[in-house]
Amino acid sequence: MAQTATADERVRQVGFLRRWLTRPELAAVAGAVLVFAFFAIVAGDSGFLTLGGAASYLEVAAQLGVVTVPVSLLMIAGEFDLSVGSMVGAAGMLIALGVTQFGWPLWLSIAAAIVFAALVGLFNGYVVIKTRLHSFIVTLGMLFALRGLTIGFTRLITSRTQIGGLDSATHGSPLRPIFAGTVGGFPVSIIWWLVLAAIGTWVLQRTVFGNWTFGAGGDPDAARNVGVPVDRVKITLFVCTAVSAALLAAIQVLAAGSADVLRGENLELQAIAASVIGGVLLTGGYGSVVGALFGALIFGMVQQGIFFTGVNTDWFLVFVGVMLLVAVLFNNYIRKRASEAR
Amino acid sequence: MSGERETSRMQISRRDLLRAGGVGIAGAALLGAAGCGGSQRASSSNSGGKQGLVSRGDIHIEFISHGPASDPFWSVVINGINQAEKDLGVSVKYRAPDTYSVPQIQQNFDSAIASNPSGIAATVADPSAFGPKVKKAVSKGIPVVMLNAGLDVWQKLGALNYVGQTEYQAGVEAGKKMAQSGVKSALVINHQQGVVTLDQRFEGFKKGIGGNAKQIAVNGNDPTAVRNGVKTALKQNPGVDGLLTLGPQGALPTLQALKGNNRIKFATFDLAPEILRAVRDGRMLFAIDQQQFLQGYLPVAFLTTYVQYLLHPIGVVPTGPAFVTKDNAQKVISLSKEGIR
Repeated sequence: MAQTATADERVRQVGFLRRWLTRPELAAVAGAVLVFAFFAIVAGDSGFLTLGGAASYLEVAAQLGVVTVPVSLLMIAGEFDLSVGSMVGAAGMLIALGVTQFGWPLWLSIAAAIVFAALVGLFNGYVVIKTRLHSFIVTLGMLFALRGLTIGFTRLITSRTQIGGLDSATHGSPLRPIFAGTVGGFPVSIIWWLVLAAIGTWVLQRTVFGNWTFGAGGDPDAARNVGVPVDRVKITLFVCTAVSAALLAAIQVLAAGSADVLRGENLELQAIAASVIGGVLLTGGYGSVVGALFGALIFGMVQQGIFFTGVNTDWFLVFVGVMLLVAVLFNNYIRKRASEAR
Repeated sequence: MSGERETSRMQISRRDLLRAGGVGIAGAALLGAAGCGGSQRASSSNSGGKQGLVSRGDIHIEFISHGPASDPFWSVVINGINQAEKDLGVSVKYRAPDTYSVPQIQQNFDSAIASNPSGIAATVADPSAFGPKVKKAVSKGIPVVMLNAGLDVWQKLGALNYVGQTEYQAGVEAGKKMAQSGVKSALVINHQQGVVTLDQRFEGFKKGIGGNAKQIAVNGNDPTAVRNGVKTALKQNPGVDGLLTLGPQGALPTLQALKGNNRIKFATFDLAPEILRAVRDGRMLFAIDQQQFLQGYLPVAFLTTYVQYLLHPIGVVPTGPAFVTKDNAQKVISLSKEGIR
């Protein structure tokens, strides 16, 4: 009986290597190893390999990663959220204004930012579903509108565009260590990142919602026909991306002790880039959260690694751009090889 | 035939009507203006600003800048403009793109000139791109005051005067001051690469300190990346004993990166409340203030006195560099909170 079950002719036997080669996160893992090796060789003797060095790039990667996890899920579901960067600025300013100007306790300020973000996410999702406009356009509009509102209101209330003094205002708050503390010498944001990535992976690989997410991005009409609530999946994910941006804002505002109306600028593109490096298809329907995790790690290592090398920082963006292209080309190549060899 | 004649007659009569009406309206306006002038003169002793060539309420100034309202520095300039508007009773329109864009600023010049303003205040960050626009305004008889950027060209372009800090010279002074305090080798943190004035500050600083300065570029919108980058750069350059940031976006995370490090002498361009507290508490050596509130206030005031009385200061009106040190930081703190410093 057992013999016949394994020899079922309808199920093709796929070798371990090929199965591994077709994983979407492969290129990102390989890329991360490559980038790490590069910096270890070039800048290994200048602190890149120390724990302090690791904390330096892991923290930057973690902050990007917190947003990249839901962004990659949303992209797998076939939509973009370009408003996350502006949301980091808006939510961060809301927290800072609440604490320093309105005299709210820290928990209330953070709760207000999260509720605000959830409402914006709901709005994004609802408009995309109702109008059938592409989410690229809808959230691009939100990108500008949110940034403008942040600048406008902050100037109206404080006559400035930067609010500081959060260190002293939130001193001794029990929420501080949760968002901006350290665990064994490492910033707590790294734990947020890993936990969120674990939850994201579990949802995507092991739950019905994960299946729906692939369906919504792969072929929404077919998915609808088999009863997948595509609209609900997408709206839920829009709320998740916005809330993750508010979470990052809380982490960043408390870690930096200040809020600035321009915080998070270009973060939306970095999150998309990290997802794509991690093997998520721009067209949706394919990808993984683990890949996005490694995508963010690559970004963090490249961004901070350049300081270890002592290379003129004028060339930083060239480095990021080339890394991005190489990772995506590598990704494409591997996937093609793996599927051709069938 | 008859229809045609009818039309032409109607046209003539309409034209005549219009002409008559125009004269009538113009006459009424003249009479009204005379009447107004009479009543103004009668109460001129306590109606400040209504004498001269025009009444202040009619003065409309276009403020064309390359500085986005979101930038901490420009937000103070705008506060200066708003205060001048209130104090002088004139109206000012501030035009600047959200992110630096030459075509957008050129467009702003064109629409400002087309709106036929009483005067234009302008930053000329790129003389070859915006210089011709200033010339065009001047040739149309619109008085122009330049500020903040364009020190080398304001005279050539025919502007009335120039309000601002010479960035290079401010850098030189900063470098000298740092060298005086014993700094031998310095690191300079640039939070916004590609901005000409920041490069000028760096070049001046390098000269002032005697050559020993290295520039590091960071992403000013990501404080974590700046803080960790500065930490790493300091480890990379163990010989460095001085640190200069070119603006608050770099300065605040750098303060965090230097926590517990008393060896490095740290200074910055431009102010923010935390920077001032750090200067007061001795965590920072000094902060360079270019008093940009005046860069908003003065051009509006100068244009107003010029339009009204044909009076204007001659030449360059320097607003900086003014240094905030431990001695005067406390007083400046409250002003900074109000967005004036």
